[in-house]
Amino acid sequence: MLRRTLLTTAALGFGLALSGTGAMAAGMDHVKACFVYVGPIGDGGWTFQHHQGALAVQEAYGDKVELQWQESVPEGADAERVLTQMALGGCNVIFTTSFGYMDATNAVAAKFPDVKFEHATGFKRDSANVSTYNARFYEGRAVEGVIAGRMTKSNKIGYIGSFPIPEVVMGINAYYLNAKKVNPNVELSVVWAFTWFDPAKEADAAKALIDQGVDVIASHTDSTAPLAEAAKTEGKVIGFGQASDMSEYKDGPRVTSIIDNWGPYYVERVGALLDGSYEQKDTWAGIAGGEVLIGEISASVPAEVKAEAEKLRDDIAAGTVHPFTGPINKQDGSAWLAEGATAPDGDLLGMNFYVEGISGDIPQ
Amino acid sequence: MEIGSINLVTLIATLMVAAVPIMLAALGELVVEKSGVLNLGVEGMMIMGAICGFVTAVATGNPFLGFVGGAAGGAALALVFAFLTQSLLANQVATGLALTLFGLGLSSLLGQGYNGIKPPPTGAVPFGPLADIPVLGTILFSHDWVVYFSIAMIAAVWWVLKSTRTGLIIRAVGESHDAAHALGYKVNRIRLACILFGGALAGMGGAYVSLVRVPQWTDGITAGAGWIALAIVVFASWKPWRVLIGAYLFGGITGLQLSLQAAGSKIPVEYLSMSPYLITILVLVIMSSGRASQNAPAALGQNFHAAR
Repeated sequence: MLRRTLLTTAALGFGLALSGTGAMAAGMDHVKACFVYVGPIGDGGWTFQHHQGALAVQEAYGDKVELQWQESVPEGADAERVLTQMALGGCNVIFTTSFGYMDATNAVAAKFPDVKFEHATGFKRDSANVSTYNARFYEGRAVEGVIAGRMTKSNKIGYIGSFPIPEVVMGINAYYLNAKKVNPNVELSVVWAFTWFDPAKEADAAKALIDQGVDVIASHTDSTAPLAEAAKTEGKVIGFGQASDMSEYKDGPRVTSIIDNWGPYYVERVGALLDGSYEQKDTWAGIAGGEVLIGEISASVPAEVKAEAEKLRDDIAAGTVHPFTGPINKQDGSAWLAEGATAPDGDLLGMNFYVEGISGDIPQ
Repeated sequence: MEIGSINLVTLIATLMVAAVPIMLAALGELVVEKSGVLNLGVEGMMIMGAICGFVTAVATGNPFLGFVGGAAGGAALALVFAFLTQSLLANQVATGLALTLFGLGLSSLLGQGYNGIKPPPTGAVPFGPLADIPVLGTILFSHDWVVYFSIAMIAAVWWVLKSTRTGLIIRAVGESHDAAHALGYKVNRIRLACILFGGALAGMGGAYVSLVRVPQWTDGITAGAGWIALAIVVFASWKPWRVLIGAYLFGGITGLQLSLQAAGSKIPVEYLSMSPYLITILVLVIMSSGRASQNAPAALGQNFHAAR
């Protein structure tokens, strides 16, 4: 690590001396697209799906595009080094695929105005070359919530949270609200794992929930471990594929999944660089835009529940239903959304409260 | 027996399982360090064991052979370390760190195509009616064989190091390799054997993660367990039974904090999350206060070359 630091520092000094020589033309003949991953590609979830998106770019543009990626980059100072290295290494666009890269992305972007930066799930665009993109995963959580509410026998449902950030909190709220809507007796337990990827810990978290009588588990971490733990109960506990379809558990606990489909966005953005139409923007598409797909609902779900879930999915896609539609109170009982009002995006992106009915506190 | 709504019996049974990987890895590392070698590559050997064990178990359909394969995988990586540090006299710290990076990469390569496969299950040892005894049955007689094996290994290592000639030689090599050499012991060969033993146990620990705790393969599955094992060796002041206490404390409190969260405890989550690290370190430090540093093998981390 020390050696790498040294090399990077040296390279940075060298690069600064040369900066300003790489002006970007309106369109480009060749784009080097770089990806920074928070976990290994083989996680079978979050990072795997981003990599699928990257491969889709290669497929769409062939040898006009060169890909580079780095796996398991820690969020924090290391990310800044990796980004600097990539920017110096000739990347034209760098996709940073985790929330925790937000500050590193903006810091490095300020130093390399000619390189485009695309930060997933963030909200900071400090310089003109930083764009952000995200998917409305909470729409998928709402569909999961309906299935959870209908399928639970113990009326206890669980959620394995990663970190207490708005992205996760809105997922928890959407899941709970929609479960509650179809099953007023439902109770939600949240366990914070404080990791995106640690299969053993994720399995422990699932086990802790199962020991408490929870029989439907949604997870917001990256591996398939919670499903593997649920599979040990031989059908008593069900779960959902997270980020990726996780169809290998289709005959076991997985009843459906939220699939992150980044390919279309990556293809569009790299294409825009190639034809010169690239502009800074903030994208937040959902089921309607095809960024969030609902995996096939398995045969273990009764037909009427399946139909109900699919109807919600289609209504969300059509824009006739919003997963956060009032009246909704915050956990402390204060009003958030009035009757019929839908949640503004700003509220969702900064969400730091549970809705009424969820017990426990969000770690601050 | 319940705290709040948490079943204490289930919790103890869970922690015995959760602690197995770090306990095996830490025990192996303890022997390695007792012989005067500092191998920081535990994480790398664990994950090599995890993938080798997984591949073997899937290929043969036999979970027991999986653990043998895991031990072999860990030992194979340890052999690389032994060659570099004992024959080529490379720096042990740097080599160990490199070994971890190498192991992580190599396991990812070997694991291509193994995502999403389920390994053959490792069942509980059939104790017959013993398992039905209330409380004790669940705690003592409901586990797979590796849990008992890990405890037996703690006892065996403790006995060998304390009461046998072999143990005396290992300790002599670790305290003063020059003196041991002068007495005619083959320092490098003894260290090689200890390094291989450490690698095999780390590999088994890794295989336990991929075959039992999270029965599947994903890249980076050990997620830092090797580093915790390394820390436990130091905090246990190189004593086998304290390794067991450290591993159980860590595994137990990790499980407890998740259960407390699931049960809706009023303790803030931040404190719960840091508690496994904090309490394990605190307890082991208090236990070994004052004497811990004196217990470190005197020749730890020093290479030996028989020049004289």
